[in-house]
Amino acid sequence: MDHAIQAEGLVKRFGETTALDGVSLAVRAGTVLGLLGPNGAGKTTAVRIFATLLQPDDGHASVGGHDVVRQAHQARQLIGLTGQYAAVDEMLTGTENLLLIGRLLGVPRPAAKQRAHELLAEFDLTDAADRAAKTYSGGMRRRLDLAASLVGRPSILFLDEPTTGLDPRARAELWSLIRGLVATGVTVLLTTQYLDEADALADEITVIDHGRVIAAGTPDELKAKTGSQTLVVRPEDDAKLPVVTSVVAELTKAVPEIDGPRVTAPVGDPAVLPAVVRRLDDAGVLVTELTLRGASLNEVFLSLTGRPVEDEAEPEGRPA
Amino acid sequence: MTTVTAARPTPAELSPSVGVGEGIKQTMTLAWRTIVQVRHNPWELGDYSIQPIMFVLLFTYVFGGAIAGSTSEYLTFALPGIIVMNMLFITMYVGTGLNTDLTKGVFDRLRSLPIARWAPMAGRILADQVKQAWSIFLLLAIGMALGFRIGTDVWSLLAAVGLLLVFALAFSWVSVLVGVVAKDPEKVQLFGFTALFPVTFVSNVFAPTSTMPGWLQPIVENNPVTILSNACRALMVGDDTLGTEWHVASATTPVVQSLIWAAAIAAVFAPLSVWALRRRV
Repeated sequence: MDHAIQAEGLVKRFGETTALDGVSLAVRAGTVLGLLGPNGAGKTTAVRIFATLLQPDDGHASVGGHDVVRQAHQARQLIGLTGQYAAVDEMLTGTENLLLIGRLLGVPRPAAKQRAHELLAEFDLTDAADRAAKTYSGGMRRRLDLAASLVGRPSILFLDEPTTGLDPRARAELWSLIRGLVATGVTVLLTTQYLDEADALADEITVIDHGRVIAAGTPDELKAKTGSQTLVVRPEDDAKLPVVTSVVAELTKAVPEIDGPRVTAPVGDPAVLPAVVRRLDDAGVLVTELTLRGASLNEVFLSLTGRPVEDEAEPEGRPA
Repeated sequence: MTTVTAARPTPAELSPSVGVGEGIKQTMTLAWRTIVQVRHNPWELGDYSIQPIMFVLLFTYVFGGAIAGSTSEYLTFALPGIIVMNMLFITMYVGTGLNTDLTKGVFDRLRSLPIARWAPMAGRILADQVKQAWSIFLLLAIGMALGFRIGTDVWSLLAAVGLLLVFALAFSWVSVLVGVVAKDPEKVQLFGFTALFPVTFVSNVFAPTSTMPGWLQPIVENNPVTILSNACRALMVGDDTLGTEWHVASATTPVVQSLIWAAAIAAVFAPLSVWALRRRV
């Protein structure tokens, strides 16, 4: 089949709140779809419907060609789910957690043990295999959680904010694990509120906000949508940031953003670049970086919704 | 990444539904999981091993003389009731465990697997029955070491154990409801202490009803904890060996009443729990 995951007009209400308001999306087999949106956009609700945990009020969804409501049991045999919180049993060891899933899937005990060992080795958890998961670090729990969702060799994987709350190193580790999975042909639907994460991992991105799809396409298509480019200037000396900011503001007629040691601002006219060089030279400011690049997804999101991505803090997915 | 994490190249034939046999296997696996948890959380084992032993020792040696005249006589009266009380406290682990699964997302993971929908709940309750049996055995053993004697026969004793397990099965649903409604596992434990303590103490577990003020006596007499304790006393100790104060005419009435209570509790709390769970997930 062409599409491994498909949804048409999904609607889900929790009392007064409409979590999903007619979401349609499709993920081609073997690709990664990034479902991008702020907290409360409806990402988790969508994943819970695909994972057969929640029934939609309207519309339908299917995984591997099986309707998630009418053929839930078949759908469950194809999917793996890694939720927003590492869903591991903290009182069990890493091995026992994986053994539990294997046994529940009907794998005979020796084979389930073998599979647990393989996965623990693959996810760099062999040393901690016989320790209770409550002693694991956040990154280790997520890896165990991901391993648990792979015990049954699912062909379709749902990752709901897999790196939320992880430090940058653990996040990078998880990214490389996910990339490895995708290379083996697994279809992935990944929700995230981090644009760089969607940019780094997804073949296509669907942006949702307030339960509606507001944009869809490849990362490059989405970036092209905003039309403008971004000027990036990094002075050699951080103390010169205010000077750079005022020069950039004057020439681009935009409000520049200060991103660490860099000043960024959207530009419509490429002729701004030489003008900036001249002015900074006159002011005696040395720059170590001066580029004009395509818009980042953050800027795309801002232009689509009129607000930055990490703006809202509504509870996600469940009725409050 | 290697073949370890590779997806099945072609999905195997998908089964259309879960068989009952598979469901039972899954229940056993989930019960195994709950028992294995205890190994990594020895405190829990302490709760249903050391705590009841402390109760037996404390009441027998500190209050026994004052209440019944002698410690061994008191043990004969009190042990069946202590077993009942302990049984009620242990059922709270069903709710704590369920609540932990719900708050940690383990319950979602289980529901996303192709397993019988009833297996997670059945697994918890089955594990509870194992813990209950262990605890009853432990209390009887320690009681006997301290001078408690079975006054009936082995069949009556087994009937008492069976009755306790049936009552535990029914009362687990109260625990399930608390587990589903509570915000976190600590709240379930808190309920256990604030609700179960008065219910178990306003009974004839530790002292005969006749020693209590008149207004309290009807409450105590109709408390299911009293009724179940009477049934267990009659089945374990027998009618004759019990003094007049704790005298139970025969086992039949309290046993039947206990079973009616169990059925009523299950009839109210099982549907309520399932309804609450549907709302929560």
